Amino acid sequence: MKTQITQFFKSIYYLYYDGFVNMKVGKTLWLLIAVKLFVMFVIVKWLFFPDVLQERFHTDQERSQYILNTLTKEN
Amino acid sequence: MEHTDLLVDWSRAQFALTALYHWLFVPLTLGLTFIVAIMETIYVKTGDEKWKTTTKFWMGLLAINFAIGLATGIIMEFEFGTNWSNYSWIVGDIFGAPLAIEGLMAFFMESTFFAVMFFGWDKVSKKMHLTSTWLVALGSNLSALWILVANGWMQHPVGMHFNPDTARNEMQDFWEVFLNPNAVSKFLHTVSSGYVLASLFVLGISAWFLLKKRDTQFARRSIIVASSFGLIASMYLITTGDESAHQVALNQPMKLAAMEGLYDGEKRAGIVAFGVLDASKTIGDTKDPFYFSFEIPGALSFLGYHNLNAFVPGIDDLIYGNKEHGIMSVGEKMQKGKIAVGALTAYKNYKKAGDLTKASRALKTFEANEQYMGYGYLKKPTDAVPSVALSFYSFHTMVGLGSWFLLLFLISLYYSMINEMHKKKWLLYLALFTIPFGYVAQEAGWIVAEAGRQPWAIQDLLPVGMAASNVASTSVMITFWLFAILFTGLLIAEVKIMLKQIKIGPEGH
Repeated sequence: MKTQITQFFKSIYYLYYDGFVNMKVGKTLWLLIAVKLFVMFVIVKWLFFPDVLQERFHTDQERSQYILNTLTKEN
Repeated sequence: MEHTDLLVDWSRAQFALTALYHWLFVPLTLGLTFIVAIMETIYVKTGDEKWKTTTKFWMGLLAINFAIGLATGIIMEFEFGTNWSNYSWIVGDIFGAPLAIEGLMAFFMESTFFAVMFFGWDKVSKKMHLTSTWLVALGSNLSALWILVANGWMQHPVGMHFNPDTARNEMQDFWEVFLNPNAVSKFLHTVSSGYVLASLFVLGISAWFLLKKRDTQFARRSIIVASSFGLIASMYLITTGDESAHQVALNQPMKLAAMEGLYDGEKRAGIVAFGVLDASKTIGDTKDPFYFSFEIPGALSFLGYHNLNAFVPGIDDLIYGNKEHGIMSVGEKMQKGKIAVGALTAYKNYKKAGDLTKASRALKTFEANEQYMGYGYLKKPTDAVPSVALSFYSFHTMVGLGSWFLLLFLISLYYSMINEMHKKKWLLYLALFTIPFGYVAQEAGWIVAEAGRQPWAIQDLLPVGMAASNVASTSVMITFWLFAILFTGLLIAEVKIMLKQIKIGPEGH
């Protein structure tokens, strides 16, 4: 039973390992994905896209109050 | 900080840019996954290795499209938090569930079955591989379902209750949100349009191989699958489009009127098959909205209400009201909306002052007028009208192209069945040059859906001006151009890598 489980996980490992090693165009695509995710999450998100309500207020109650004031045009 | 029309316009432009670019990649994935699943099924059934080569070629192009499009939608979630924070807070409880399910589903499906589909050839049994391919097709389509449930709710908000203490819409009935007729029709129409686009893509590229006299057997096989799948998908697209229009007529009559350039409502209203709008036409004047037009009588009444004699309200009826047909004017709705906003203010203040009796009375007034709350923020009645030209031309472009695609699939299937497709150069060129128009139709569809529902972020409840965050418009402008550069770069990369792979051909995969 233990051998079967080990064999199962080994086959999954080799599925991914061989898949990645034998990729042709896939390597370019992975590089592109890595660059894209870096640009999106590190540069774009960090520099330009703060979560406005999270940054400006500490509690959900404060956030609710701010939105209520906006909806009732008291901001 | 500022909160001006300029800020709202830039925030909208930025969201539109990211959504439209994201939508360049998604529909091809939705449809191509099914096409490769069909091709692989034929391979497994027949054991013919040529079908395996065919499947692998299209799977390679699917991988490119998937990789480039991957995570482009996440930027919209960044925008929710930064540029649409009011909106995000107000809808948070409704959007949370569908988007979380979508995220989990996409992650687990993509990390497991995608891997088996791309890496598992000759490593797992044929049946296991085929099952994975079908699961990828079903999974990617189900992933789209949750996004469209969220979008459908914005177009027709149901199954929720607005909590005046937290300023959030809270889900009261998951099934009402999930089975919202607007969401269901939107999902079916959207995914079937993806099948049509993918069929055009396979048909057009296969036509290129025939024009080049390369890999002709592969191209003929692909054309048969693409034109039959495309034909069925196109016919289904018409039925889902009909249901979509019916939902728009019931829940967003202003959008329907704008889509058809209909100012004066009428019974047996016709659909404009072709027409040019008069740009000088204004709401309430007696001018003909068209320089010229060709109408199909009764068709709009039938499309909207499934009744040839039904009355279809025009923009003027909706703005000024029409007592005969029980239509309330936007002016009246604005009054009720202002009462709702005033009552919400009173509720908040009385509660703060500890006067619960008056707070309860204010809450009752709010609840009686809540459905018109969004109108309370409009400055003038005509603010409730979307861009008629944008809605009209986008809708007619989408419908016109959709009809052409159906015809193209029909002709291609006919010539493929009699084995003469390769002799018809005109048809091969038409198929090839139709590919970009598939994308034009896709984008036009989104413009109809999203620009047509303006000024609402949530139909009747929250206009875009109230949904936007109070941030500096210059930062929104900077990120708009940043995304324009980033996405254009990705698009160029996709086209270049795809063209290279197409030129290598099926034997190189």
